[in-house]
Amino acid sequence: MIVRTICRLVVPFVQIFGLYVIMHGHSSPGGGFQGGVILASSFMLLAVSEGIDELRRRFSINTITALTSTGVLLYAGVGVLCLVLGANYLDYGILPVANPRSVGALIIEIGVGITVTAAMVSIFHDLVTFE
Amino acid sequence: MNYLHLVITGLTGMLLILGSLDMPDTGDPMSPAASHVSPRYIEQSLKETSVPNMVTAVLADYRGFDTLGEAAVIFTGALAVLLILRTGRKES
Repeated sequence: MIVRTICRLVVPFVQIFGLYVIMHGHSSPGGGFQGGVILASSFMLLAVSEGIDELRRRFSINTITALTSTGVLLYAGVGVLCLVLGANYLDYGILPVANPRSVGALIIEIGVGITVTAAMVSIFHDLVTFE
Repeated sequence: MNYLHLVITGLTGMLLILGSLDMPDTGDPMSPAASHVSPRYIEQSLKETSVPNMVTAVLADYRGFDTLGEAAVIFTGALAVLLILRTGRKES
């Protein structure tokens, strides 16, 4: 009962920290891979403290499996967008925003973070529910 | 038959080690990586990419194609575990 209460209090803060590490990969150590694993560990903390059925009740496993491919699709989609606009593949200089190379790197880091989070939760779920 | 596998594996390992003896020493300031590529990244990454973190600039901008391959490898790993371990049986 103490463990359940404390874990319920801590999970939102771990998620905020994971998102912070992803978004601040430009100025401080971090980036997509590191922040993705931290964010996935918050879901694993929920599964460890409340039970795997609680995790399956809150986030359907089909959604998480579909999210693994969405991150890679976002990454490749930015590359194809640069190709459509006229430059080489993954050549961010052509995007019509201010500081295009910085914005392009941020979008691909978000894509990598989504893929890593969903892949870690999916592997954890498969290992736990196999008998 | 197991001895044949051991001999082939040992020969391949020895060939790889023999190939790595020609590489420059670790931390050699005169190696091609440290004299052509690193000064360019260190001096011009902030001007060209406007990303303050040099590691993220190299990972996401200069070598963005390799990072795409890394993300695809993580996706393939999750897919392989899914194919082997997820049987689809309903457990209530």
